[in-house]
Amino acid sequence: MADSESEIVVDDPSAPASDSPAVAGTRSVDIVVSLLLLAFAGLMAFDNWRTGMGWAPDGPKAGYFPFYLSVVLGAASVFGLVKAFWDRKSEDQVFVTRDQLRRVTQVFIPTLVFCVCTQWLGLYVASFLLVAGFMRFVGHIAWWKSLVTSFVFAVAMFVTFDIAFDVIMPKGPLEALFGH
Amino acid sequence: MEAFELLLHGFHVLLTFKTLALMLVGLVLGIFVGVLPGLGGPNGVAILLPLTFTMDPTSAIVMLSCIYWGALFGGAITSILFNIPGEAWSVATTFDGYPMAQQGRAAEALTAAFTSSFIGSLIAVLLITFLAPGIASFALRFGPPEFFAVYLLTFCSFVGLGREDKHKTIISMTLGLLLAGIGMDTVSGQLRMTFGWSELFRGINFLVAVIGLFGISEILLTMEERLALRGHPAKISLRVVLRVWKELPRYWVTLLRSSAIGCWLGITPGGAIAASFMGYNLAKRFSNDKESFGKGRIEGVFAPETAAHASGTSALLPMLALGIPGSGTAAILLGGLMVWGLNPGPLLFVEHKDFVWGLIASMYLGNVVGLVIVLSTVPLFAAVLRVPFAAIAPMIVVSCAVGAYAIQNAMFDIWLMLAFGVVGYVFKKIGIPLAPFTLALVLGNRAEDAFRLSMIGAGGDMGVFWSNGLVGSITTLALVLLFWPLISRALGGLQNIFGKR
Repeated sequence: MADSESEIVVDDPSAPASDSPAVAGTRSVDIVVSLLLLAFAGLMAFDNWRTGMGWAPDGPKAGYFPFYLSVVLGAASVFGLVKAFWDRKSEDQVFVTRDQLRRVTQVFIPTLVFCVCTQWLGLYVASFLLVAGFMRFVGHIAWWKSLVTSFVFAVAMFVTFDIAFDVIMPKGPLEALFGH
Repeated sequence: MEAFELLLHGFHVLLTFKTLALMLVGLVLGIFVGVLPGLGGPNGVAILLPLTFTMDPTSAIVMLSCIYWGALFGGAITSILFNIPGEAWSVATTFDGYPMAQQGRAAEALTAAFTSSFIGSLIAVLLITFLAPGIASFALRFGPPEFFAVYLLTFCSFVGLGREDKHKTIISMTLGLLLAGIGMDTVSGQLRMTFGWSELFRGINFLVAVIGLFGISEILLTMEERLALRGHPAKISLRVVLRVWKELPRYWVTLLRSSAIGCWLGITPGGAIAASFMGYNLAKRFSNDKESFGKGRIEGVFAPETAAHASGTSALLPMLALGIPGSGTAAILLGGLMVWGLNPGPLLFVEHKDFVWGLIASMYLGNVVGLVIVLSTVPLFAAVLRVPFAAIAPMIVVSCAVGAYAIQNAMFDIWLMLAFGVVGYVFKKIGIPLAPFTLALVLGNRAEDAFRLSMIGAGGDMGVFWSNGLVGSITTLALVLLFWPLISRALGGLQNIFGKR
C-alpha cells in the first residue's frame, strides 16, 4: 500500500552543527549540581533543626521528617561529588555544545522576557509579543504570518480560558481598556 | 458480577452529550500533543489540566485521561513515519516501524501499532475493572502504618529497581520529598522551610513543578536537537486495516506476552519505557526468525506497542485503588484529583462511585473511539509536523504559563515554573531521573502524615511497622527492594562460591 506522494520534508537551517565545540562537560556540571544540592541540603537541615527535629511527647516534631531527608540528600550529594572526582580518568561527555547553548538561549531568554511582560502587561499581550517575536526573529517567518498567527493565538487563548472555561489569567492595561 | 454492574453504571454516567464531546476533544488534543515534538503524555496532561479546573471531577478526568490515550496513540505516528519517537516508550516501535514505512508499508505499520496499543490497553483495563475494586476494599482496612509501608515500598522499589545511578535516584527523591514539605506542616500547623517568605507559605504546588520540569525543560531540550525531518506520508485504507486484523490471531502469543509484561511493569514503577523494550526483546528472542527483526517485521511493532500501552494504562490501577501513581502521568492525574477536591485512596471506590466507574468506562470507550480517530485521520496529524517549531515552541511556553498560573492564581508560580524548567533541563542532561522526583513531590505530605500518625498512635515505637503480618511483610519487602542491588550481588557471589565446589 505504498503512497507515492511527495515526502514530508521540514528543514532546520539554524540547526546546531554536530562538530560544535563543547562549552561544558557533564562531569563539571555534575560537580556544580552536587555542590548546589549539598548547600541546599545544609540550608534545609539548618532550618528544620531550628523548627525542631526531635520528638515531642506526641510524636515527631515538624522538622523531624525533613531534617533526616536533608541529611540523606546531603549524603547522596557528597557521594555524587566523590564519584565525579573518582571517575576523572574516564572520558568526559559533552554537556552542551556552543551551538546547542545558542539555541537553548534563543528560547530561554524570550521565555524569561515573557514572564516579566506577563507581570506588567498581562498574559495575553505578553503571549502575543512572545509568539510574534519568536516566529519572526528566531524562526525567520514573514512578518504578516507571524503577526496574524500570534494575534489569532492570543485571542483564541482569551476566548478559551477567560470566557469559555472561566479560568482567569493576569491582565494588564490593554484588557482594562476593553473593560475586562 | 458486581464489577460488571458497576461498569454498566459507569457507562451510564458517561453517556451524556457533554462527556462524550469532552472525550472527543481530549482525544484529538492528546493525539496532537503526542505528535508534536517536545510534548508528550505527561506534559500534555499537565499543560491542559487548567482547562478542567471548573469542570465537575468526572468530566475532568474523562477529558484528561483521553488526552493521555490520545498522546499514547500519537507517539506511534511520528515513530513510524519519521523515525522520531515522540516518547521514550516509542523508541522500540521505530526499530521495525520505520523500516516498514521505508518499504512503503507505512499504513500497515500504523494499523499494527494502533491495533496493538488498543489490545494492550484493553487487557489492562480489564485487569483494572476486576482487580482494582478488590484491592481497594482490602486497602480500606489499612491504617497509617500500612499506608506508610506502602509508600515506603513505592519509594524503595524506585531506588532498588531503577536503572539510573542509585545516588541520583535518591537525590531526586529526597529533593522531591523536601520540597513537598515546604510551607504549612499539616500535623502541627507550624510553618517550616519558608524562611519567612510569604510566597512559600502555601507550599510548592506539585503541578507547577511538573509543568516546569516536563513542559519548559522539554522545549529547551528539543531546541538542542536538529529539528529537520523527512518522512513518509501515509493514508490508511479499510483494506489494509482488515488485512492486518486478519493476521492478528497469528500473533496472539506475542500480544499476550507483551500485555502481561506491560501490566506488571505498569503496576510496579517499572514504567512503559522498560515494558516496550522488554516486549520487543522477548518477541525477538522467542521468534524462529530473529534475523528479520529490525528490517520491517510487523511483530516488531506489535510487541512494544502492546506492552507500552498495557503499562501506561495499568499504571492507573495503583493510583485508583491505593492513591499511589504507577507513572508520571498517573501522578499528574492524582494531582488533578486533589485539585478537584477528591481524596485519592481506597475510599474513592466507596465515596465516589460515579467518578471511579465513569473513569473506568471512559478507558474502554476512549480507546475504541481513539482507535477509530487515529485510523481515519493519520494524514491530518502527520501534516501537523509541517508547522514550523518556531511557531509551536512559544505557544507551548504560553500554555505552560497559563497552566502554572491557573492552579493558584499566583504570578509567583510562573517564576517557579521557569525555575523548575531549568532544573529539569539540567537534571535530564546529567542523568538525575525525574520520575522519582515527581512521585515524591505528590506523595511527600501523605507519606509524612502516615508516618507521623503511626508514630503518634504507637507512642514513638518504630516497631509499629512490624506490628502485624501485613505491615511487617510490606515494610520488609520495601527494605529488601531498597538494598536489592547489594542483595543480588551477594547472592551472585554465593552462587559463584557454591557453583565452583
